[in-house]
Amino acid sequence: MIPGSFDYHRPRTLNEAVGLLADHAGDAFVLAGGHSLIPMMKLRMATPEHLIDIQDIGELTGIDVSNGTIEIGAAVTQAALIASDALADACPILRETSLQIADPQIRNVGTIGGNVANGDPGNDMPAVMQALDADYMLHGSGGQRSVKARDFYEAAYFTARDESEILTSIRIPVPAQGHGHSYQKQKRKIGDYATAAAAVILSVSDGKCTGASIALTNVADTPLWAEAAGNALIGTDLGPNAVSAAVDAARAITDPASDGRGPSEYRTHVAGIMVKRAIEAAHERAA
Amino acid sequence: MNVQTPPSAEERVEKLQGLGSSRKRVEDARFTQGKGNYVDDIKLPGMLFGDFVRSPYGHARIKSINKDAALALPGVVAVLTAEDLKPLNLHYMPTLAGDVQAVLADEKVLFQNQEVAFVVAEDRYIAADAVDLVEVDYEELPALTDAFKAMDADAPLLREDIKDKMEGAHGPRKHHNHIFHWEEGDEAGASKALADAEVTVEELITYQRVHPCPLETCGCVASMDKINGKLTLWGTFQAPHAVRTVASLITNIPEHNIRVISPDIGGGFGNKVGVYPGYICSAVASIVTGVPIKWVEDRIENLTATAFARDYHMTGKLAATKDGKITGLHCHVLADHGAFDACADPTKFPAGFFHICTGSYDIPVAYVGVDGVYTNKAPGGVAYRCSFRVTEAAYMIERMIDILALKLEMDPVELRMKNFIRKEQFPYASALGWEYDSGDYHTAMQKALDSVSHQALRDEQAQNRAAFDRGETRKLMGIGVAHFTEIVGAGPVKNCDILGLGMFDSCEIRIHPTGSAIARLGTISQGQGHATTFAQILASEIGIPAEDITLEEGDTDTAPYGLGTYGSRSTPVAGAATAMAGRKIRAKAQMIAAYLLEVHEDDLEWDIDRFQVKGNPEAHKTMKEIAFASYNQAIPGLEPGLEAVSYYDPPNMTYPFGAYICVVDVDVDTGVTDVRSFYALDDCGTRINPMIIEGQVHGGLTEALAIAMGQDISYDEIGNVQGGSLMDFFLPTAVETPVWQTDHTTTPSPHHPIGAKGVGESPNVGGVPALSNAVIDAFAHKGLTHSQMPHDHWRVWKTAQSLGLTG
Repeated sequence: MIPGSFDYHRPRTLNEAVGLLADHAGDAFVLAGGHSLIPMMKLRMATPEHLIDIQDIGELTGIDVSNGTIEIGAAVTQAALIASDALADACPILRETSLQIADPQIRNVGTIGGNVANGDPGNDMPAVMQALDADYMLHGSGGQRSVKARDFYEAAYFTARDESEILTSIRIPVPAQGHGHSYQKQKRKIGDYATAAAAVILSVSDGKCTGASIALTNVADTPLWAEAAGNALIGTDLGPNAVSAAVDAARAITDPASDGRGPSEYRTHVAGIMVKRAIEAAHERAA
Repeated sequence: MNVQTPPSAEERVEKLQGLGSSRKRVEDARFTQGKGNYVDDIKLPGMLFGDFVRSPYGHARIKSINKDAALALPGVVAVLTAEDLKPLNLHYMPTLAGDVQAVLADEKVLFQNQEVAFVVAEDRYIAADAVDLVEVDYEELPALTDAFKAMDADAPLLREDIKDKMEGAHGPRKHHNHIFHWEEGDEAGASKALADAEVTVEELITYQRVHPCPLETCGCVASMDKINGKLTLWGTFQAPHAVRTVASLITNIPEHNIRVISPDIGGGFGNKVGVYPGYICSAVASIVTGVPIKWVEDRIENLTATAFARDYHMTGKLAATKDGKITGLHCHVLADHGAFDACADPTKFPAGFFHICTGSYDIPVAYVGVDGVYTNKAPGGVAYRCSFRVTEAAYMIERMIDILALKLEMDPVELRMKNFIRKEQFPYASALGWEYDSGDYHTAMQKALDSVSHQALRDEQAQNRAAFDRGETRKLMGIGVAHFTEIVGAGPVKNCDILGLGMFDSCEIRIHPTGSAIARLGTISQGQGHATTFAQILASEIGIPAEDITLEEGDTDTAPYGLGTYGSRSTPVAGAATAMAGRKIRAKAQMIAAYLLEVHEDDLEWDIDRFQVKGNPEAHKTMKEIAFASYNQAIPGLEPGLEAVSYYDPPNMTYPFGAYICVVDVDVDTGVTDVRSFYALDDCGTRINPMIIEGQVHGGLTEALAIAMGQDISYDEIGNVQGGSLMDFFLPTAVETPVWQTDHTTTPSPHHPIGAKGVGESPNVGGVPALSNAVIDAFAHKGLTHSQMPHDHWRVWKTAQSLGLTG
């Protein structure tokens, strides 16, 4: 449980960080909260020669809600997400999910950027970002670009981010007023990754579902946006048949590994239960 | 005028903070401020660091080891392998169970993460880098991870080192992977009871492999002083004196030249009883280099290479009459001991005290047979928060009772009540040879039933089941009852020894001139609060306030010899030694007081903190006055000073017991269980410190929850250990832990000087069956008789699925 040796860098500006990444292309990792990276280094499963710690870069720490868009800096901690009333107003699923990530000590240090950029399928925020149709802003020496959360994840720990880029912020379209939301996560204990989890965002008008988006955590080697599951709800009264169709559609796209949480078959089953409970909770909350 | 009222008797008792006082733990001032002094806090000049190269395979032949690259790394001082230890005859070490264990793998590795080479370097980082540079060439061999296949004709040969030694430490071995067969009781009688019975039940009950997982992992600092030839060993040792003796026997360093010190220990739970390769390698490296060596394992090493617990496959059979009177018990155990037999049991008992498995019940005839086998798993088999194999025994019988109750269609409580040993039967001779010292099971069980309103719970459960069947709820309610009897306080020297060392314990007391004292014991606290509670025993015995008594343990140069702390033996054995040493002090104090008061000794009586003249309490001498007199008066016929030492050999074990009731709600759609309530009534005899007892019960129940609901160290078919990190190994946090409701009855031990029985391990022994019984009870009406632990989410869901309950 002792990492190999590495050089530590602590840039003050984004440009400086991007420069360091370019200088050490392929040998440098970006360090944010470190809750995924440091254990990987201690197990020597990650062996970066350079660590670029972004916590002193002030431009990565803001939360802004304006003009129908939420922008969250990559270095914003889970604790800061929970504390933001503006976010809780505009997009309450972020607080709801953050409160289900590990424990307060970890949430004080863990960042939203690290959570979504790391590519660990066990992280909770990627599925939520897919459900919310967020964009990730990436900054490299060639400038800035954005990638949709729904297009970002390629395989476990493999993402659309180039090694020389830093994920600087997340932009989320503010969900419709009165939308219903829920993040349902089953885990063995505090601090564990989900056996399966589901994020649901939906809108209801005159008893009919007018929009629905569903995404799943830790039931494949990437987070899964369950497009068909969401579509199965739209236009329905969210009754048992519709819910059941959405559950079936969600289960159909899962491919979880068998692990200490249970065999693949069980985790697929739980994914469906989480989807069902998330739809029901979101429906109840929808105005 | 200033009239001083002398303190009342109540005030004097209060000031002592003796037996029965919920005195606050004196240890906590340093622990809660991060000022404890653990092994890893020890820093000596020039100290080097050791780290292990470990096997990635469960079973493989070592073809070659190349140290060159590691030795070339700047800062690396040495790399030890079995070849380096052979000339010293230290490549194997004796285990507590009469086997030998490889210190560093000799030609073969037998479990994943086995120690293969020991790297010594100037700091931990260099050592860890060097571990990666040691090149070991392996030839993988077929692994044996299923204990049931260990004695198959074609099972791989694991222990080549003893393949021709068919006489083991406990008799003949039947197969190259067989370790021992041990049995107790009347097999013919038990078989006949089963054949003649109106009702019989049989079940294979597995108690899975788990690990004590103390918060502080194992470690040591070895320092050889080449000038005076003295080896000092600081380490996480639950039995420092035994470690010194064993170290002397295997290194040939005279025992007086070895000093073993157990500093603060961050939990042991049996994991720190045995001797590990890290200790031997550190000592050897210090002897060779002449500088101190530190070795501290990490969490994965602790979970996968140091001593595990349980791994018992128990086939229980009960015979009974139709109206529920148990007429016989037959039990066979297949015991998976891993690659080396490193169980920590009294030497004569290779299956520990498993033959307490008749439990709280008056069973006329019984038999147990145990076969131990080798597998490609880590060695161990320690008493994880229980006396030797007692939690396995309690789990087996408490499950079997529930299974029998189902078959008889009788409430499990009624079946227990019907078969309990009655109060008037104590001392009770069990069919398997124990003499239970005292008990009152019916009273304890009834108090538990009344406290939780048991009948109301059963009524609620009936309603819940009906509602479930109507589709109104997806949760099932389970009620788990357990009534356990422990056997602790090993033990009488006539039948309990470890490697020939009798399992007595000791206490030495010195009273200082001003009336304060120091007491030293042969035990060592790992969080139990000895410095608090043993001072309380003494306070009541010698009338000196507990806060004026210093307790010291764990340094073999200063403490009297003792066998250490595990198996709930400290209070029954060392606590008794403390009381007896205190009585010796008091006896001498009485002579001094008689001299000072100019009366005959027989005219004096003891009163709280003083001797007073019978019928004239005004004429008295307090212990404080007597202490001073012992240092400044020339008393005819008496030596100066006031000291005593007692070595206590207990006449019998003690038999704590308890009644536990647990209510659990099971979500059949997910398998998630919620322990709604848990009531624990413990009878540990005389209660020394109720607050500490309650804390012990909370901790033991939490570990019981961990075992019953999640802990599992398993291996895949090629020998890869699963669940070897805290990501997977279940250590409950405050969030997962229910509110524990504690209660007690008090049935003193008749043979213990203060009537105390020991409590630290009872909650684990009783907690596991109560939790397991509750989960299984939730499904009992659907036909479930048994399901194996742990009752984690997916296994519970699988149970629900197999009963056709999942949607």
